[in-house]
Amino acid sequence: MYRSRGGFFVPKMTRKVLSYALKRLVFAVPTILGLLVLTFFISRVIPADPAALVAGEMATPEQIEALRHQYSFDRPLYVQLGLYLGKLVRGDLGKSLYSGRRVFSDLIDRFPATLELTIVAMLVSILAGVPLGIVAALKRNSLLDHMLRGFTVGGLAIATFWLGIMLQLLFSMWLGVTPLGGRIGVSPPRFITGLYILDAILTLNGTALLSAMQHIALPAITLAFASFATITRFTRSGVLDVMQRDFILYERAMGLPPRLIVYKYMLRNAVISTVTQIGLLFGLLLAGAIVIETVFDWPGLGLYAFQSIILSDYQAILGVTLWAGVVYVTVNLMVDIALTFIDPRKAEI
Amino acid sequence: MSGLRLAWIKFSRDRLAFSGFLIILSLILVAVFAGVLAPYPEDTFSIHPAARLQPPSLTHFLGTDSMGRDIFSRLLFGARVTLIISIIAVGTSLLIGVPLGLIAGYSENWLSELIMRIADIFLSIPQIILAILLAQSLGPSIPNVILALSITYWPWFTRIVFAETRSLRQTVFIEATEALGANPLRTTVLHVLPNVSSSIIVRSSIGMGFTILTAAVLGFLGVGAQPPTPEWGVTIAESRQYLPAAWWYATFPGLAIFFVVMGFNMLGDGLRDILDPRIRRGFE
Repeated sequence: MYRSRGGFFVPKMTRKVLSYALKRLVFAVPTILGLLVLTFFISRVIPADPAALVAGEMATPEQIEALRHQYSFDRPLYVQLGLYLGKLVRGDLGKSLYSGRRVFSDLIDRFPATLELTIVAMLVSILAGVPLGIVAALKRNSLLDHMLRGFTVGGLAIATFWLGIMLQLLFSMWLGVTPLGGRIGVSPPRFITGLYILDAILTLNGTALLSAMQHIALPAITLAFASFATITRFTRSGVLDVMQRDFILYERAMGLPPRLIVYKYMLRNAVISTVTQIGLLFGLLLAGAIVIETVFDWPGLGLYAFQSIILSDYQAILGVTLWAGVVYVTVNLMVDIALTFIDPRKAEI
Repeated sequence: MSGLRLAWIKFSRDRLAFSGFLIILSLILVAVFAGVLAPYPEDTFSIHPAARLQPPSLTHFLGTDSMGRDIFSRLLFGARVTLIISIIAVGTSLLIGVPLGLIAGYSENWLSELIMRIADIFLSIPQIILAILLAQSLGPSIPNVILALSITYWPWFTRIVFAETRSLRQTVFIEATEALGANPLRTTVLHVLPNVSSSIIVRSSIGMGFTILTAAVLGFLGVGAQPPTPEWGVTIAESRQYLPAAWWYATFPGLAIFFVVMGFNMLGDGLRDILDPRIRRGFE
């Protein structure tokens, strides 16, 4: 069953797609609620003394007692759960020991950095992975294909933090072509979105743009490595799969130029499996960013989490976990919905 | 028996899977005989400040670390730590995940719904982030790393076993077993489980690689194994402040992680080919 040419989008499907989107949205609510309950159990039930955890290593017994009361750790669990959920709904993630600020504000401030790194890494892995996957499939069993295969198998086995350190060693310390870490070397561009590259472009700030790009290059490439491997693999098998379908054979038989077949008919159908992966990969990238940021001193959520670990700033770690979970669920939801627009058959399930 | 022999023949001819198998076999041997193989077995804990940060040489052929300890010896003992963490973590995940998957897949009621919902919630946070929170809640130590990894990895098994059990329920032979009066326990353990075992084995192999990477990340971030444990992630974290001079310090533990994870991934992929001819090789 293949779609007729140009027939990606059938208007009467739109309603079906929208109702599917709504259904997925409703399904996401219990998942997020479950996420909150799960973190409640991990943070309040599992630890021997949650108040001591929140108070940090330096706290005196009096401070711990005060916190126990302040966070209602002395009340029954179901009351605590209710209070916990109530606070979270209002965006209250408690106070950070380290910055002394509300964890929520810290997260908001630091999220753009992580988002920028994740987006650039995603773009790098798509822009490199999709074409290479296609070439590998079209030139199957060629030297390039074999090399790419080795590369993709290896890419999934490398510890990203180690790869980051190695790249840092090579490019920053030995060759001196990239900065060692940080996000920008000059004063950041005027705040519009918080994404430095985008802001620099919008404000036509050339120096900031250059510096931001120099700084993001290594962390983004490091982060992109694993997802690049996955995208290449999926694109390759997607193209191989489509190549063997009847409609491609038909178009070949009709004498259409190979280039047209590849670009117009094969790719559209082949990328579906790749797009499915993107939602999953976003989670991988987000988790990877936590680790990569500590290597490259990238001032995002990951570095925040790492500093919080060192300082035993428990509320902050909990905040990062919740934030990452909610972002992850949201992105997967969006990808799911986006997919039904690319492939409306999905909405019928 | 001939089926098993056939599988072995296919396995030994599969270059990728077999090299993976050899890597893992050597890892196990190294872990078991670390005390015999290591040129300086006492270097897991003892320090030699005079010999600190020496580059690779004939006496210390992967160099020494900031305490003057032989890196090669510590890598060998690190293999032991890594293997213990990942085997127990994957084993525990199996023990939790597989029965839950069987129950959820076989019974079609609220219980099944509940189990799968809970599994989905666990999968809705990237594993490493949940593991960090858990490890921090429990306090950093190797047993707690194992616990954190088990608690976060079981849903993968549940999901796979669930899906396969559900599709097996539709098959004639399971229906026949039920018609003959076999109770659910007998049906699932004797008839469903053997048929989902190949997926479980494949997932376990890939899960070992994954768990090793995650454990290394936890060690690196400081919520996992603690110094002076010769865990590979911890060693890489320690090495950072001595770069770029002591390049060997950071390089070799990372290579060790790479080869071991690669071994498990190759084995998993090869096994998938052999055990389930329906699925095409993942690398194709």
